[in-house]
Amino acid sequence: MNGAQDLGGMMGFGPVEPEPEDVRFHAPWEKRALAVTLAAGAMGEWNIDASRHARETLPPADYLSSSYYEIWIKGLEKLLLARGLVTAEELAAGRALAPGDPGQRVLKAADVPTVLARGTQYDRPAEAPARFAVGERVRTKVMHPTGHTRLPRYARGKVGIIARVNGVFVFPDTHAHGKGECPQWLYTVAFSGAELWGADGDATLTVSIDAWESYLEGAAA
Amino acid sequence: MHEHSHGHHHDDRDHDHEGSELSPMALRVRALESILVEKGYVDPAALDVLIDTYETKIGPRNGARVVAKAWVDEEYRALLRTDATAAIHSLGFTGRQGEHMVAVENTAEEHNLVVCTLCSCYPWPVLGLPPVWYKSAPYRSRAVIDPRGVLADFGITLPAATRIRVWDSTAETRYLVIPMRPAGTEGWDEEALARLVTRDSMIGTGLARTPEEGRA
Repeated sequence: MNGAQDLGGMMGFGPVEPEPEDVRFHAPWEKRALAVTLAAGAMGEWNIDASRHARETLPPADYLSSSYYEIWIKGLEKLLLARGLVTAEELAAGRALAPGDPGQRVLKAADVPTVLARGTQYDRPAEAPARFAVGERVRTKVMHPTGHTRLPRYARGKVGIIARVNGVFVFPDTHAHGKGECPQWLYTVAFSGAELWGADGDATLTVSIDAWESYLEGAAA
Repeated sequence: MHEHSHGHHHDDRDHDHEGSELSPMALRVRALESILVEKGYVDPAALDVLIDTYETKIGPRNGARVVAKAWVDEEYRALLRTDATAAIHSLGFTGRQGEHMVAVENTAEEHNLVVCTLCSCYPWPVLGLPPVWYKSAPYRSRAVIDPRGVLADFGITLPAATRIRVWDSTAETRYLVIPMRPAGTEGWDEEALARLVTRDSMIGTGLARTPEEGRA
């Protein structure tokens, strides 16, 4: 969706503010926000694409005026509400008003290192050959889906070159909406600065995105 | 400190002593945590382990070891090029947000910069949690259209002829920049070299420290 998360190429946000690498958090609540988000995710009630979609469907003004941990918490509340795991009344009261489902999968402290070290694999076996090869010219589709997508607006309808063939990966556009993994070949596609930004582009710039096969069509040389 | 419109937060917004004067967001997070713990959906001990892991165990020193090894071990560097996931796993850095790794090497001709314009994708096992600027609108909006301007914000000016290669992390592939090895480090061991490798140099918003900067 064309939400506020799709920031590439926007202007006016001001300078980037670097900070030392030993700064991990900016307030104690950020630590809790991180941990609660990861622990709740480990219940297995939603996947990474659904959580991204919950964040990007925040109203644009809210998204842009929230820090990233605020975005995480607002997205998490939406996910929990949508799945009936907490109620709006509970969020308003700040406490549980009914017991939880005792059958719910819960991340235990002892399992945290194993779960983090395992991660989640998103690659899948190939069931068909890749349509495109390294060096081939492709054009990204012009598309404006109302649901989740990982094709940023700045890279739609642009001609690029296949730089890597990454394998077959879970397709976020369906996975985010409970419509299955629908794995597709994933490519790294490189665009020149001029292709993306015209005469305003840096002549020395190349930008790549990772694009699923259905985002792409062949482009004649 | 004043508040920034792009969502930076400062410690003065969150007074966490004795439960008094909590910011609205701190209260909101505390409420959510309480609800999930009371319902049995979240183990409070697991929260403490998660925080400790990313506060003290997993951070950019991991990535610095990968880079230092790549600088001294040609065979390892070759493996990083062909299968970065395996190369990084061989040092014990695995898992969440680093399942599918790609290493990109800076040269005198080409400088690499990593961004996630759509959210905050970042290689956690090697770099830890993303810094706040990496997740912020100024960085995510400008990295793909004005990377030299972003580099200038970090005090970096590259030669005009150096090509800039920006990697927008739009899938589950995670990118690690291998910065150029600083001059004057011939014969250094991996441990000494790793101390020159900064987090920002592995994102592409910085360069590895020179031996002189490393002594400072």
